[in-house]
Amino acid sequence: MADKVLMKGNEALAEAAIMAGCKHYFGYPITPQTEVAAYMAKKMPKTEGGVFLQAESEIAAINMVIGVASTGKRVMTSSSSPGISLKSEGISYLAGCDLPALIINVQRGGPGLGGIQPSQSDYFQATKGGGHGDFHLLVLAPNSVQEMVDMVFKGFDLAEKYRMPAMILSDGTMGQMMEPVSLEKGVINEYDKSWALTGTKGERKPNIVNSLYISPDELEKLNFERYERYKKIEETEAMYEEYLMDDAEICIVAFGVASRVSKNAIDIARKEGIKVGMIRPITLWPFPKKVLNDAADKVNKFISVELSMGQMIEDIELAIRCKKEVLLCNRTGGMITTTGDVLDKIYEANGGKN
Amino acid sequence: MVVFEKPNALTENTLHYCPGCTHGIIHRLVAEALDELGVTGRTIGVASVGCSVFTYNYFNCDMVQAAHGRAPAVATGVKRSDKNNIVFTYQGDGDLAAIGTAETVHSAARGENITVIFVNNAIYGMTGGQMAPTTLPGQKTQTSPYGRDVEAVGYPVKVCEMLSQVDGATYLERVAVNNVANVKKAKAAIKKAFQNQIEGKGFSLVEVLSTCPTNWGLAPDKALSWLEENMLPYYPLGVYKDKYAEEK
Repeated sequence: MADKVLMKGNEALAEAAIMAGCKHYFGYPITPQTEVAAYMAKKMPKTEGGVFLQAESEIAAINMVIGVASTGKRVMTSSSSPGISLKSEGISYLAGCDLPALIINVQRGGPGLGGIQPSQSDYFQATKGGGHGDFHLLVLAPNSVQEMVDMVFKGFDLAEKYRMPAMILSDGTMGQMMEPVSLEKGVINEYDKSWALTGTKGERKPNIVNSLYISPDELEKLNFERYERYKKIEETEAMYEEYLMDDAEICIVAFGVASRVSKNAIDIARKEGIKVGMIRPITLWPFPKKVLNDAADKVNKFISVELSMGQMIEDIELAIRCKKEVLLCNRTGGMITTTGDVLDKIYEANGGKN
Repeated sequence: MVVFEKPNALTENTLHYCPGCTHGIIHRLVAEALDELGVTGRTIGVASVGCSVFTYNYFNCDMVQAAHGRAPAVATGVKRSDKNNIVFTYQGDGDLAAIGTAETVHSAARGENITVIFVNNAIYGMTGGQMAPTTLPGQKTQTSPYGRDVEAVGYPVKVCEMLSQVDGATYLERVAVNNVANVKKAKAAIKKAFQNQIEGKGFSLVEVLSTCPTNWGLAPDKALSWLEENMLPYYPLGVYKDKYAEEK
C-alpha cells in the first residue's frame, strides 16, 4: 500500500486521473471545483502526452471531451452544478454515441446560480440522466478523499466497460476538505476499442461516431439495446456500504458527506440503545435497490439524510416498494445537516428516546 | 480510359441534397483535396447540424457527428488527441455563425490546427428556410416573411471579416461555387486550408458561398444568378487573412 499523504479532495481526484492514464482534461473555472483544473494545468504539461485546455465555456469543454472520447482515449472534465447544466447537452451526446468519459460534479447549492457551499441537490440531474433522451449515467458518490481517488479508477473502468459516461457526484465538502489518502493505482481493464476514430489508414471501413438516427425503428432498437446494457449494470454493478445493519430497526440511507454526519449520529444513538444502522449507496446509479428492499423486510423505518429538498428519498421509496415509511432529514442551499439534526430524526423514527 | 471518377474520399452513398444544391460540389472539392494530399486515411471529419448533418455518410474517412454549433470544439478534442490526425469540420451558416459562434471564434483564437469548411447559403436549409445569421438585409425567409429588417433583427454576420481580427487565425478565404472559374478557386482554397494543417500552420477556414434553390424558391440556374447578384456584393470573395503570406 502506498504511503498516505495529506491532500485536498479535488487535488487527490485530479492526481488519480493522471495516474489512471487520463492524458486529456478540459475544464472551465467554477467554484468549488477549480482546484481540479488548477492541478491539471500544473501537472498535465509535465506529463508525457498530457493536454490541459481551459475551454471558452463548459459547453465547449464537454464537446472537446467528446472529441477525445471518440478517438478512444481516456478523458475527463470537471465542473460544479451550474456548469454541469451546461454540459448536459454534451452528456446526452456522449450517451447517444456510446462514448466513455469521466465527468466530475463538485456540487454546490442551487437552483440557478445558487451558492458556492456544498449541496447534493443535483441528485435528480445526475441519476435521471441530466440531458434529453433515454439514457443513464454511471453515478459514483465518494464520501472521503480516499474514495475521491478510488472512484476515478472505478469510474473510468465502468465507463469503458459499458461504453457510457460516468459521473463522480462529489460536493464542495469532499472537494475542499483535506484527509490522509493513499494514492494507489486502481484497476482499469482493457476493453475493445475497435469503434474508435483512429483514421482508416485505408485498411478498414470508416468508423462513425454518431447519435442521429432518422429511422425511428433503428433508434428504438438502439435504445432497447442500451437499456439491456443498463439492466445488466443494475444487476451487477450496484455498490453500497452497510453499517451496523445486522440488528437494525431503523435504516438511514445517506451518501457522500451526509453519510459521514449520519455515522456520527448512529454511533451516539447506538450508545443510547437505539438499533439504527445505515446503508450508504456508493453508486447512485445503479441504485442499490435490492439491499434496500431486503432491508425493508427487517427494519421498521427508513430515514433519508440528504442535502437537498428530498430527491434520493423517491428512489428509496421505489426500491422498497413503499413497504415502510421513509422520513426525510435534510438541509439545502449549502447548509449541512448536523449530527443533532440526524439524531433528532432517529428519535422521531424510534418514537422518542429509549 | 477513365477521365473523370469519384474521389476515393467519397463513399458510394447517394447524396440526400436537393436538386441544384451546391453541397455536392463542395463535398467533392473536399474529397479531392484529401485524396490529392494523400491524407484520407488519417483524416477524421466532424459533421455538424443542418443540411450537412449526414456528411458522415458521404466522406470515406472516420467521422464524428457533433451537436449544433459544437463541431470546432469536438474537432479540438480530436486534434488534441493525436496531432497526426487531419481534422476538418463541415458546417453551415446557422451552425457556425449563430449557435456555434463562441466555438468558432475561440477555436480560431487558440489557433487550433484544424480546417473549417463553412458553407454559407444565407438560410437555414434543413429546417425549411428560416432566417440565418447570414441572411441578407431584406431577404425573405420563413422567419423573416417581410424581409430581414435590420432595424429589428440586426445585420448579417460576415465571418471572414470578423475572424480576420482574431490573431490566432492563420488562413481565411471566401470563395463561391457559382461557376467553373470560381469552383477551381474554391478547390485551391480548400486544398490550401488542408495543406496548412499538414504543415502545422494553424486555424484555416474557407467560407464557401452556396445556393439553396429549395428554400430560396428559385430554380437552380436562377439561384446561381441570385447568389451572383445579391451575395457577392455583400460577401466579397477573396483572401481575408493569410498569416504566412504576410510574413513573406
